[in-house]
Amino acid sequence: MTMPYSIQIINLLASLLLLIAFAMLSQRRILSLINLFAWQGLVLSLSTFVVAYSTGQHHLYYSAALTLLLKVLVLPWLLHRLMRKLNVRWDVETLINIPATMLVGIGLVIFSFNLAAPISQLSESITRGLIGIALASVLLSMLMMLTRRKAIPQVVGFLAMENGLFFAATSATHGMPMVVELGIALDVLVATFIFGIFFFQIRETFDSLDISNMEKLKDD
Amino acid sequence: MMSSNQALGILLQIYQSLLVVALAPLLTGWVNQCRAWLQNRSGPGVMQPYRTLRKLFHKDAVIAYNASLLFRATPYIRFGCMWLAAAIIPIIAVDLPFSPAADVIALVGVFALARVFIALAAMDIGTAFGTLGARREMLVSFLAEPALLMVFFTASMISHSTQLPRIVEALAQHQFVLYPSLAFAGLAFVIVLLAENARIPVDNPATHLELTMIHEAMILEYSARHLALVEWASSLKLFAYISIGIALFLPYGIAEVGAMAGNWGSALPLAIIALLVKMVLAGAALALLEALLAKMRIFRTPEFLGTAFLLAVLGLLIHFLLGA
Amino acid sequence: MVGAFPLDIADAIIVSLMALGLMGLALQHSPHLITNIIFPLGAIASLALAATGFWALGEPVSHTVLPLGLPGLPLHLSLDPLSAFFLILLGGASFGVSIFSAGYFKSMPGNTLGLLCLEYHLFLASMALVLLADDAYMFMVAWETMALSSYFLVTTDHHVPDIRKAGFLYLLIAHVGAIAILLSFGVMQGGHGIGAYTFAAMREAHLSAFWASVAFLLALFGFGAKAGLLPLHVWLPEAHPAAPSPVSALMSGIMLKTAIYGILRVTFDLLANSLNGQQWWWGVLALALGLITAIFGVMFAAVQGDMKRLLAYSSIENIGLLLVGIGLAIIFHVYGKNTLAALSLTATLYHSLNHAFFKSLLFVGTGSILHATGERNMGRMGGLIHQMPWVAVLMLVGVLSISGLPPFNGFVSEWLLLQAFLLSPGLPNSYINMLIPVAAGVIALAAALAAYVMVKFYGVIFLGQTRGEAREHAHDAGIPERIGLSWLALACVVLGLAPVYVVRQLDLVTQMLVGKGLGNATPGWLFLAPVDMERASYSPVFFLLAVLGVMLVTALVVHYFYHGRLLRGPAWDCGYPEQTSRMQDTAEGFGQPIRRIFEPFFRIESELPGAFDTHPRYHGRSEDRLWYALYLPVKRITEKLSSWASLLQHGRIHLYLAYTFVTLLVLLAFV
Repeated sequence: MTMPYSIQIINLLASLLLLIAFAMLSQRRILSLINLFAWQGLVLSLSTFVVAYSTGQHHLYYSAALTLLLKVLVLPWLLHRLMRKLNVRWDVETLINIPATMLVGIGLVIFSFNLAAPISQLSESITRGLIGIALASVLLSMLMMLTRRKAIPQVVGFLAMENGLFFAATSATHGMPMVVELGIALDVLVATFIFGIFFFQIRETFDSLDISNMEKLKDD
Repeated sequence: MMSSNQALGILLQIYQSLLVVALAPLLTGWVNQCRAWLQNRSGPGVMQPYRTLRKLFHKDAVIAYNASLLFRATPYIRFGCMWLAAAIIPIIAVDLPFSPAADVIALVGVFALARVFIALAAMDIGTAFGTLGARREMLVSFLAEPALLMVFFTASMISHSTQLPRIVEALAQHQFVLYPSLAFAGLAFVIVLLAENARIPVDNPATHLELTMIHEAMILEYSARHLALVEWASSLKLFAYISIGIALFLPYGIAEVGAMAGNWGSALPLAIIALLVKMVLAGAALALLEALLAKMRIFRTPEFLGTAFLLAVLGLLIHFLLGA
Repeated sequence: MVGAFPLDIADAIIVSLMALGLMGLALQHSPHLITNIIFPLGAIASLALAATGFWALGEPVSHTVLPLGLPGLPLHLSLDPLSAFFLILLGGASFGVSIFSAGYFKSMPGNTLGLLCLEYHLFLASMALVLLADDAYMFMVAWETMALSSYFLVTTDHHVPDIRKAGFLYLLIAHVGAIAILLSFGVMQGGHGIGAYTFAAMREAHLSAFWASVAFLLALFGFGAKAGLLPLHVWLPEAHPAAPSPVSALMSGIMLKTAIYGILRVTFDLLANSLNGQQWWWGVLALALGLITAIFGVMFAAVQGDMKRLLAYSSIENIGLLLVGIGLAIIFHVYGKNTLAALSLTATLYHSLNHAFFKSLLFVGTGSILHATGERNMGRMGGLIHQMPWVAVLMLVGVLSISGLPPFNGFVSEWLLLQAFLLSPGLPNSYINMLIPVAAGVIALAAALAAYVMVKFYGVIFLGQTRGEAREHAHDAGIPERIGLSWLALACVVLGLAPVYVVRQLDLVTQMLVGKGLGNATPGWLFLAPVDMERASYSPVFFLLAVLGVMLVTALVVHYFYHGRLLRGPAWDCGYPEQTSRMQDTAEGFGQPIRRIFEPFFRIESELPGAFDTHPRYHGRSEDRLWYALYLPVKRITEKLSSWASLLQHGRIHLYLAYTFVTLLVLLAFV
């Protein structure tokens, strides 16, 4: 059952992606979270590169380069700045404790692997197992957004979710049209800026980045 | 009737276990030396564990008034268990005649047997530190053991066997394949190795600060030949763990008894050289890892080992998904 | 053999057990005769029962109809391999316990002893009858006799209020369970009228999938209540410690197994026709319940301070493991993988047998300790290995066995169970495929925690310094106790060293239940293999010889080349001079990490001393959340309902007559 090495490498990178998603889920420190996000971007960029190389689709090279630029360099840099400016380092407590989150995470992985199984059987592509992993990463990132109290980890979760989607696109269907990719990249960048602006606003309003304060906004 | 293959196998078996028992303190010495270098010390040299053993064997043993026979028998039991582990693991050759006696699950059982005895011996004298060490040791182990089993499960899912020789054959003798599931299992295994061998983020082999120690606290009351055997068994345990790691994740270059009948003159030296090179690298890596990590609070270790368990489970799941 | 079917012999033995009980009652004025004659005779009867079971294992199934019972409802008995296997378990373990009892009950006053002797032997006889019953009526009669006799045994010390309470709880849950079992039998006879109450008729009844599931669920509930399955476990840690130790041993070692027998009988025999691909969820349910029970049991065992409660919780864990094996067997069986089903069943049966021996061993051992020290709280023991070397050594065997350590027996069954888990991939349901190996991880966790618990158990009781007031008067067990303990310990060792032989015998049972055995997997007698040698193998004899050989050689070499000089001195303990026994871990202290890690599962009450207390006092209790979340609400509802019902009750006879009158009128109007 030997597969070509390119596929094996993509499988390995996919597993790393999932691993990083889990690591983010368990990480308490915001700095490490941002670094993990950068690593995830790097893995994503590498896998896109390998897909590009093995399928000979040249536009994926650009896509890989774009990922590298945006998700490994620009966004982490922005987030670092944001963190320093806002002076938040620790996500003091998550809503559910970490071991429980991990167990839920394992459940999600099993769920998404099984969910993806019939889809994968339809696909002729040899990378069919990857849809399950991509789905699992997306769900794990959502779980992270759900369980965090502070706003920055939630943004990181959002961005990581986008990573998962992007991975599904490149690995399973060998990439989206360039225009769409550029559009998404721009969206993500803009979203991060907007989030940044919002954070400053939130902090000015509540003197804290704890989003539980937002509960006060509802009218009684 | 014994075929020449079997005779060769038994010879190799004896050779391997003697070699391992002889080399184990060297590995410990090497790891300590690397640590010393990384900490910018000159270090005692790689032969230091042998000198320590020799010194300890020559001393008169002193044991507490209320030490029972269990206390005195434990070093021998532990040494026997570790020796057995070293005999089961394919270190220089697969298909050794002893290996069907125990598979990976039984191997975990061997380690557990040794651990239970040393914990009981630690409680035998009834000192504060002894019971503290026993409690912590059991705490670490009840979390590490399932993780280790899950690592083995992942490997045996790939090779369809829990026999270590079969696992090694399946992983080594075929074409080189990347197994993402094994990458996860490998990470988990490293964590387990650190925890089970009293290494730094969980325990500190060099500590004598009472409140932070686990393994040292358990063997505080041992002296002379008993202590020598306990230390030697610990070296053997480290050697056995690293050998398991090599067998599961880097099995290349190991010799095979069946194929060696004709040309064992060339396969065996190759296997030994491969073993030595891998051991040197693994020891250095272990030292580096220990230098980089900081000792964690005892109640952080459940989380640390939980991570290992999680990684191993993820590896298993990924094996199901990707079939690799 | 003419005339003497194994079944007839078994009947004769059961009758003689009952007779022994009655003789005990008659002899209550000469208690030494009871202990010196009746209990040893009972032990011999048990051994004969085991031998009969052994004989019957290879014989064709024999049936008999007793002339007793109600008119038109004769009692049926039969002896097939499944019953035979459990008879061996019953006889083998109770032999050791009865011998032990001969010594243990020596100091008991005559009238109590006479009653106890009757109940004890009745208990044994009724358990044997449960195993032999071949119709629902006989089964329920035996089952109820078993429950009642054990209730009276539990309440032997009925002047202690706590024990009365424990006994009541036990009786209550036993009866709720019995009702469920009765209903299950009712469903299984499939509405074929009163003649269909025999097991043979139930086997023939073709139930729809729905009714089969109902019968299964009722049986699981009913037998689960007897086995201590979550959430019906609450009686177990109360009742087992309350009973005298040999009785605890019988209850934990054997009576719980009758529940396992019941689940196996119903699932794989009576409902065999209905067990098909649709019923995979039975297996998943059993597996999940088993896992939860196992983890729960061992977690609670880790925080106990009372040695018998600790063992009771450990029994809950082992029942969980057994149920996991049954669940796995169901899953494999419904998907047609009968070799694997046989493997899981072998693991289950093997573990039942092992648990019967090591748990009995440990329970009777606690009896010796209780006699010697008068204490059940482990926190006041310590260092008993010096005063009670026999008990200490024999219990060490039990402790190593229950911790699942090679080369003892507990390891073999856990090994087989894990092998069954590892062979699970390839099932048609992908969720089950992925979840089962994860479940194996949970089993591994339970097994590793069991080792933790047992190190605590043994270490705190036998090792270290004596705690509390000096227990110099503690004495070792007497001769009959030693024989009983040795028998049980010997069984643990033999079952650990000869797994190939045991598995071949178990094949006869699995052949009957799922039509497959494992016998052909293993070539010789030395290596145990689950399916074939390439897959996995294990040889305990090799294992033991290797460890012992190396130990011996090492010891000889060390003493030959160096010297064997040994000095004694005070304990070093890092040079700390003022060691007292209070500085050791108590049972509470040893369990503290578990309590901290699994904190959400416990309901913890603790009282910590402040920094300047002159009389610092620590008090801690870890309680079961389920008791508060599940049982107390049920209790409140029941109380409310019964208070409504009590409105009807006025104590005036006219009113009661009026009730009868109204009922009569209503009935006449409708009929």
